Amino acid sequence: MNRPLSTSGSQLQLKNRMSLGQSVRQSLTMAYRGLLKIKRTPEQLFDVTFQPIIFTLMFTYIFGGAISGSVKGYLPIIIPGILVQTVITTSIVTGVQLREDMDKGVFDRFRSLPIARIAPLAGALLADTVRYTIATVLTLAMGYILGYRPDGGFDHVVIAAILVIVCSWAMSWIFAFFGVIARTASSVQGISMLILFPLTFVSNSFVPVKTMPDWLQWFVHVNPISHLVTAVRQLANHGTIGSDFAISLIGAAIIVAIFAPLTVRAYMRRT
Amino acid sequence: MDRVLRSVPDGYDWAIEARGLVKIFGDNRAVDGVNLNVRAGTIYGVLGPNGAGKTTTIKMLATLLRPDGGSARIFGHDVVKEAQIVRQLIGVTGQYASVDETLSAMENLVIFSRLLGLGRKEARRKASELLEEFGLTEAAKRPLKHFSGGMRRRLDLAASLIAQPPLIFLDEPTTGLDPRTRAQMWDTIRRLVKTGSTVLLTTQYLDEADQLADRIAVIDRGRVIAEGTADELKASVGTSSLQLRVQNQGDIETARQMVERMLKVRAIVSPEAGKITAPIADADRVADLLITLREAGIRLAEMSVQKPTLDEVFLTITGHGVEDDAKKASHAPDGVEAM
Repeated sequence: MNRPLSTSGSQLQLKNRMSLGQSVRQSLTMAYRGLLKIKRTPEQLFDVTFQPIIFTLMFTYIFGGAISGSVKGYLPIIIPGILVQTVITTSIVTGVQLREDMDKGVFDRFRSLPIARIAPLAGALLADTVRYTIATVLTLAMGYILGYRPDGGFDHVVIAAILVIVCSWAMSWIFAFFGVIARTASSVQGISMLILFPLTFVSNSFVPVKTMPDWLQWFVHVNPISHLVTAVRQLANHGTIGSDFAISLIGAAIIVAIFAPLTVRAYMRRT
Repeated sequence: MDRVLRSVPDGYDWAIEARGLVKIFGDNRAVDGVNLNVRAGTIYGVLGPNGAGKTTTIKMLATLLRPDGGSARIFGHDVVKEAQIVRQLIGVTGQYASVDETLSAMENLVIFSRLLGLGRKEARRKASELLEEFGLTEAAKRPLKHFSGGMRRRLDLAASLIAQPPLIFLDEPTTGLDPRTRAQMWDTIRRLVKTGSTVLLTTQYLDEADQLADRIAVIDRGRVIAEGTADELKASVGTSSLQLRVQNQGDIETARQMVERMLKVRAIVSPEAGKITAPIADADRVADLLITLREAGIRLAEMSVQKPTLDEVFLTITGHGVEDDAKKASHAPDGVEAM
């Protein structure tokens, strides 16, 4: 980019496409921007700090006695469930913030720069993994304080944590899509909650599935959230990697494969 | 500045060629068949009131909006089919600052430089260079929230120059700036062009277009209604006018006759204000007129030269006045002209 342009050579230097390497580098730069923004406005970490603490406390003490007879017995069930629910809910904010960000003047500059169209989106999503990590660590720490001692051991808990973060990142593409197509930030929040609430609650996150009616059980079994929760439970409580682990990762890959191109296309059309 | 800016791709005469550009929002034809030809290495002014379609036109030329009709080429590259190439040839400075509010000036420039492919060290060097160039070094680390309007605009312009683009779009670069900052901005724009860049700027101020632009297009309701050099445009509108106020109301009729005789034009008297207004066809004669008035013992209370305002340009070309909000804005630079 530093050499002076000349028309004779311009066709060689000016390319209408970005290479993969350039796209990745530009996305990382945008992620760096996202991290700087978090550093400057730490108040936006409010939700990922307090939601894990409050939700873990609430659900454990409300449902613990009724479902498992004791709080301590409920912890191996609820902590993986609440972990998935909390971290995935956090990913909604990605869409909301993206919408807010896109309304600002700086996005006009990003659009006018010769950079990969995916970079501003991928960067924002990448920076948000920091949020998921905070939510994950705090939820697990709360569980530990309440007396949760996962039998799978530390290494398997770490794998489970990474699995949840990866899947939440994949889910955030769905909300990023809403963020790009929606008119206002609050409508992004609305649509996203509407989708996420049934998904997280009609699953095996909080209660045993056996007492549900058949048709609901059927949904719980196909619900990808259930597979993710099961995968986390197997990892944390037994230290095993089962088919649910693979299903979760494949599901995540499918979501990204569908929603990343959709989002980028919608983003480009908006311009 | 010379080292900062990349020269125009030589051999290509036209920086911008737009044919019948159209953009429709709902049932509003914001841009309704705009033709523009901008020669490389010149400053081109697009003059018009708020809502005339200036910003929409720039957005289409800068690949930020897809035209609903017509076509545009930047140094021969189509803005739709070769958008990514066009983006490598342009810098855009928006009406509102297109920089990141939560970050510092330095961080903004480093991020834009990195996105444009500079290495970590290079990006920092480039950013410091530009901050220095635009007098922002001291404020480099402060968050933009505490920046004045002028500083923000300068940073915005600096950000557009990182890649040394041969064509720069400036959307109302001085709207809302105080006269001193406006003059600084004008200097910066002139320096840009000296190093070979092409500049397309929009403005609501005839005065600004006159000061900076080699050619001007007047745009109204999405159409170009007049195009030419500043002189051609002004000639079509009329000239500056001289306004005199005499101290002694009794002298006003004598003074009027003298003005008409010396300037060889018709003068208009508004008796309540004791004011005489006459067009200045030949500025040289004004000196003679003043001496004659002094010799006749007619004492002046006030004297001023009024340039044609955007209102008058519009009235003359379109037959209708400028919308109200634009009128307010166009008063600001007129005050600067008063002597």
